Amino acid sequence: MSLFDWFADRRKGQFVGKVTQETEESDGLWGKCPECGQVVYRKDLIANASVCSNCGFHNRINSEERIALIADKNSFNSIDRDLSPTDPLGFKDRRAYADRLRESQANTGLKDGVVTGICQVEEMPLALAVMDFRFMGGSMGSVVGEKITRLVERATKEKIPLLIVCASGGARMQEGMLSLMQMAKISGALERHKEAELLYMPLLTHPTTGGVTASFAMLGDLILAEPKALIGFAGRRVIEQTLREKLPDNFQTAEYLQQHGFVDTIVPRTNLKKTLASLMRMHGSRQIKNSKR
Amino acid sequence: MARRHLLEFEKPLVELEKQIEQIRQLARDSEVDVSQQLLQLETLAARRREEIFQALTPAQKIQVARHPHRPSTLDFIQMFCDDWLELHGDRRGSDDKALIGGIGRIGERPVLLIGHQKGRDTKENVARNFGMATPGGYRKALRLMDHADRFKLPILTFIDTPGAYAGLLAEEQGQGEAIAVNLREMFRLRVPIIATVIGEGGSGGALGIGIADRLMMFEHSVYTVASPEACASILWRDAAKASEAASALKITAPDLKNLGVVDEVLPEPAGGNNWAPLEAGEVLKEALERYLDELLALPIDKLREARYKKFRAMGMVLETSQPESGMIT
Repeated sequence: MSLFDWFADRRKGQFVGKVTQETEESDGLWGKCPECGQVVYRKDLIANASVCSNCGFHNRINSEERIALIADKNSFNSIDRDLSPTDPLGFKDRRAYADRLRESQANTGLKDGVVTGICQVEEMPLALAVMDFRFMGGSMGSVVGEKITRLVERATKEKIPLLIVCASGGARMQEGMLSLMQMAKISGALERHKEAELLYMPLLTHPTTGGVTASFAMLGDLILAEPKALIGFAGRRVIEQTLREKLPDNFQTAEYLQQHGFVDTIVPRTNLKKTLASLMRMHGSRQIKNSKR
Repeated sequence: MARRHLLEFEKPLVELEKQIEQIRQLARDSEVDVSQQLLQLETLAARRREEIFQALTPAQKIQVARHPHRPSTLDFIQMFCDDWLELHGDRRGSDDKALIGGIGRIGERPVLLIGHQKGRDTKENVARNFGMATPGGYRKALRLMDHADRFKLPILTFIDTPGAYAGLLAEEQGQGEAIAVNLREMFRLRVPIIATVIGEGGSGGALGIGIADRLMMFEHSVYTVASPEACASILWRDAAKASEAASALKITAPDLKNLGVVDEVLPEPAGGNNWAPLEAGEVLKEALERYLDELLALPIDKLREARYKKFRAMGMVLETSQPESGMIT
């Protein structure tokens, strides 16, 4: 269980998104790279797509920042913004699911963990979904599943390529089996998009695990990943328990997955838009004539 | 009556069965007619068993679902299938023993059968990897399903796994990718698919052969998004809360029918399928034949459209105001 790792890490205070935390803690002008310790001017960091200019560490970014990096200015047209989660099981662990939802909604300004819409990339149309890890670890419940499915269906109907930016701990346990079934639902929609001979690219960012890996993250015609992103099906801890041996240092990194044949290319964030546009062009995307939608 | 593996909550039945056994012994040793007493006690025992099994908690159902003598995929196939022939290999270098498949006949109808396979004892379980399939298992399943698609054989799948195997090699070979491809490709198949949860439906490892036109569950089987043990240690931060998690996750057949995930709940004999495996086999065979009749009568495009819509409808969301609000960011 990859979510397990995530929670366990958080408990130990080694939360993987160190920088996000830091940014929240100190709103100062300067920050410190969690990887190399370099002190950076925050504005420079943001101008560099939140990639450390010294060591290349990719800091976590939220859905809004991601969209700004991919979509042409003012071109992102979001859809299904008003879809919100319910609490179908009346789930309560140490805290009620309804409370967790309210807290995530207040912290992020989002209804649930994914933003979807149609945008342009160098004036070519693209259906874009961006998962937001801040919202309950990017976990996938009914709303995430429904919004992505609708986007895929729309892409199929409008005959446009599709990009899903993945960042998720997997299926959302608080919605039980309904969450698991979102994997099926999205995969079904992707089958139709594929059948229509349209291009689908997932971009795997840190972390992409569990049910998301076992569905749309691995179904791309071309699979892209960010450097050093954690990508896997089962959690490292679970595997260590089964094997009782040490795992390779780069285990479940984007680079490791590429070595084993599951990632086509690793794209540094600073090259992301250029790479996407180039790939889209080579797969038949054309500029929209009256470009301002 | 030599009782086999007893579950904790079945213990109240032990006393009764001891008494029954003693009276039988008595009858054998002497000429006393004890048929009246025997009948009474046996009726009582049956009633107690029924009471216990009607009131099972979700955590207890997991124990029944994991019972070592619960009929497995191969048991069921032996029970209702003629000319069964197991087919091996993913054609990529492996043959997973935790996920098996083959062809056979049910009545006059040739079908493809696929299912997770657990072992009955430790030795068998080691060979079967406790029913936890590797990427090779899911790829073998897809190869066989493609074969069925080509030769127009309906597909019957049987789900019984704690989950897909979590291991170094499984990750290297792309466990996620193998399951994901099955999810997508099963929507493409142009033959009826019927899936049945016969024991444990463990998350993605179950779903990897679980896209179907009809999904059935045996009464005491369970289907989970994550194992209650894992869920408890993540959300409760206490693995001991597994039984609480089992209740909260809504994993039982009736719960999943209510949530619209499952089409039909197959009744089990009192005491669970392990008490009367042949009876369970009859129940399953009847349901499979009924659905085969129904699904084979449908034009293939309708069937595929219905399969898509079935999964499309799963999930619960709240939609306020305009769906196409179209704010530009």
